[in-house]
Amino acid sequence: MRLRGWDLTIERGGRRIIAGLSFEAPAGLGLIVTGPNGAGKTSLLRALAGFLPIEAGGFALEGGDAERTVGEQAHYLGHADGVKGALTAGENLAFAAAMLRGDSSRPTQIAALTALGLSHVIDFPARLLSAGQRRRVALARLLVAQRPLWLLDEPTTALDAAAQAALAAIMRAHLQDGGILVAAAHGSLGLDGAQELRLAAEPEAAA
Amino acid sequence: MKTALALFVREWRIARRIGGGASAGVVFFLILVAVMPFALGPDLNLLARLGPAILWIAALLATLLGLDRLFQADHDDGSLDLLVNGSPPLEVVVLVKCAAHWTTSALPLVALSPLFGLMLAMAPLPLALTAATLAAGTPALTMIGAIGAALTVSLRRGGLLMAILVLPLTIPVLIFGVAAASAASGGASPFLAPFLALCALSLATIAATPFAAAAALRHARE
Repeated sequence: MRLRGWDLTIERGGRRIIAGLSFEAPAGLGLIVTGPNGAGKTSLLRALAGFLPIEAGGFALEGGDAERTVGEQAHYLGHADGVKGALTAGENLAFAAAMLRGDSSRPTQIAALTALGLSHVIDFPARLLSAGQRRRVALARLLVAQRPLWLLDEPTTALDAAAQAALAAIMRAHLQDGGILVAAAHGSLGLDGAQELRLAAEPEAAA
Repeated sequence: MKTALALFVREWRIARRIGGGASAGVVFFLILVAVMPFALGPDLNLLARLGPAILWIAALLATLLGLDRLFQADHDDGSLDLLVNGSPPLEVVVLVKCAAHWTTSALPLVALSPLFGLMLAMAPLPLALTAATLAAGTPALTMIGAIGAALTVSLRRGGLLMAILVLPLTIPVLIFGVAAASAASGGASPFLAPFLALCALSLATIAATPFAAAAALRHARE
């Protein structure tokens, strides 16, 4: 299984953000999207998830489920983490698991939160959690539902060193299971041997 | 089915825990109804005759009150991404969210409308008819409002724009609702014909809104 993109062109507000980008993300190897601010990292990930229209080119998950869109086979985790403050961490995970057709049982939630060192807050309302803890609740979604493609937009934002190490372990386990990972980041995320896709600061001017 | 239930439960929990959601609509309804006699004067016959219309306008405004946040709250915190790429189709998500919103905000209005109607000196039969028309007509208000909420999802201050978009579209619901509710208190028409038209409006909007709102949500998200 691999994710392949060809001649991708993305425009936002009439400005060409990404022009003629081709890339390949094979299973088992992470693809880290780097580039300065405004280079189009978030736009690329949102386009892959199906949230932004593409002007030209295309992308496909080869070896995936042909009946479903790429976005429906992907975990997308962006800057807005989708954690509801009125719900507890456990309820947030249970809902995400039900939505993503995962396992919404409590042992799964505890296991997912334990992997991120957060099992003690399972019954806390999420609005009482710190930014890093909320981020970890959002990351725990990756573990309560199985999806082959992970699209992570700067996943280490607000995480401390221990949580970053835990996240790196989770990502390595996903890759070892034959998953695909595309992450926007400014560092290596602790993934050895990951490929880098570097986006230029100023893409070519629109024709 | 299981995911639809999970979404319904989540909407219920959020509506119940965030103050100002469901209960604010009922309090707003109460205040509108309570203010009317001060504006119209203490003429009980006049109040009784206008009662169905007052209850209907109050219900219309109270229903629109919380609707602008129906999708915007999820858009702002990123959970709309989860809903769009989840296993159920977006149309089902829209329908379940509307159903949850209706049960948490419009159903209490319907249940309490006979009580508030007493403050307008309405007789038992008009009270019952008004409650029946509200029960039949408020789903149409919620569904029409949901289209407006989906269209304005990415606008910061979309609430006012949504009201301007939606209120003209609710006029047919208002006409048939008040016509049926006034049948027992000296209205011009019998009860059944406008009541059936009201039911038809609700059913038609329930059928059409999921597709319209889902299409709006897919396109409005840049």
